[in-house]
Amino acid sequence: MLDKNGIAKRIAKEVKDGYYVNLGIGIPTLVANFVRNDIEVEFQSENGVLGMGPFPFEGEEDADTINAGKQTITTLPGASFFDSAVSFGMIRGKHVDLTILGAMEVAENGDIANWKIPGRMVKGMGGAMDLVASAENIIVAMMHTNKAGQSKLLKRCTLPLTGVGCVKKIVTNMAVLEVKHHTFHLLERAPGVSVADIKKATEGKLVVEGNIPEMVV
Amino acid sequence: MINKKVANVVEALKGVESGMTLMLGGFGLCGIPENAIAELVRLGITDITCISNNAGVDDFGLGLLLQNHQIKKMISSYVGENDEFERQMLSGELEVELTPQGTLAEKCRAAQAGFPAFYTPAGYGTEVAEGKETREFDGKMYVLEPAYKADFSFVKAWKGDEAGNLIFKGTARNFNPCMCGAATITVAEVEELLPAGSLDPNQIHIPGIFVQRIFQGKHYEKRIEQRTVRPKEHVG
Repeated sequence: MLDKNGIAKRIAKEVKDGYYVNLGIGIPTLVANFVRNDIEVEFQSENGVLGMGPFPFEGEEDADTINAGKQTITTLPGASFFDSAVSFGMIRGKHVDLTILGAMEVAENGDIANWKIPGRMVKGMGGAMDLVASAENIIVAMMHTNKAGQSKLLKRCTLPLTGVGCVKKIVTNMAVLEVKHHTFHLLERAPGVSVADIKKATEGKLVVEGNIPEMVV
Repeated sequence: MINKKVANVVEALKGVESGMTLMLGGFGLCGIPENAIAELVRLGITDITCISNNAGVDDFGLGLLLQNHQIKKMISSYVGENDEFERQMLSGELEVELTPQGTLAEKCRAAQAGFPAFYTPAGYGTEVAEGKETREFDGKMYVLEPAYKADFSFVKAWKGDEAGNLIFKGTARNFNPCMCGAATITVAEVEELLPAGSLDPNQIHIPGIFVQRIFQGKHYEKRIEQRTVRPKEHVG
């Protein structure tokens, strides 16, 4: 079983040389820590920056340079700033190569729910609906089950949707899965997790073909 | 040169009345029109509809207008970080329209650029698209979103000149340029107001044609919402 850093580490392997990547809040943010340093990758934040760097040194933080999580950041050589319409133009126009975001639920048809729980305070979807509706390459980073032990990989989402039929790949604490033909296809197992464990934790239709390798993290 | 300079924030907000629809730039507390917000509080006008990506925090940004019960409706993409907002929303005092962030930006830009509406894939199949016209292009579904209509737009820039030309800094740019010229009257406040001719025309982000009034802002607090830092590496 992987922890949050383990999930981020596995997803980092999906980040390829020359990619522009948008990272969501939570586990996705951790991915930046594990991307190989021998490849060129630029991180986009939808509030209007490409080429995000690490957090600033103490005393060097600038109120005018933040990420979409409202955290103070730095920029790297080659970075650029732009307005929100241009930023979402990059996203909608499919110029961003990879989007990594969290989810509360994902369904076997690729639907995703990650913005609203009825009865609880709704904070809003931010840029999530634009990101999932536009990106061709979306990886969802999430725990396989919720705190009550119920599957988050469902036949149909029960929560209000963020986007329909858009998720292609999911990396959880238990497995790597691909969403195609309205089913979850098991690609890899987390260390110490059996196919039977994954089957038990997956409510949606799970396809297991051949021998499923253990993830290399 | 057509001079857009006004003496101060009081003059800049002349004509703002209760019941109006206002656009306000900023992302979180970054790049918000601090002076215009303070003046709206002072004016005490009510029943405002605010188009702004966020709603500030309890004691800063648009949170100041919320505390004063001046806002009737918020149109935003994300409204966390604000207890008073939550209270007013749950009690039904405050109407809230949540809009995907890219759609919100584009609805401003469409108003600026003269488009009555546009198709976007964002929100298709979700509650955001309920009751809206949808259409298929090349096998993909899109939602028709109308441009916003607003009375005033309040933006904040880094540098500006008397002709109303604006230059923004860092991620304080965000929604500000999209809101310029997107309302009947655009009011820009700047950290540094310079005589016409001081700014390089090659470096202008927003031409003065989109701005009706510009003034020198004062006392910028520029509050940081999430101060994230790493320790300095000591050498030797």
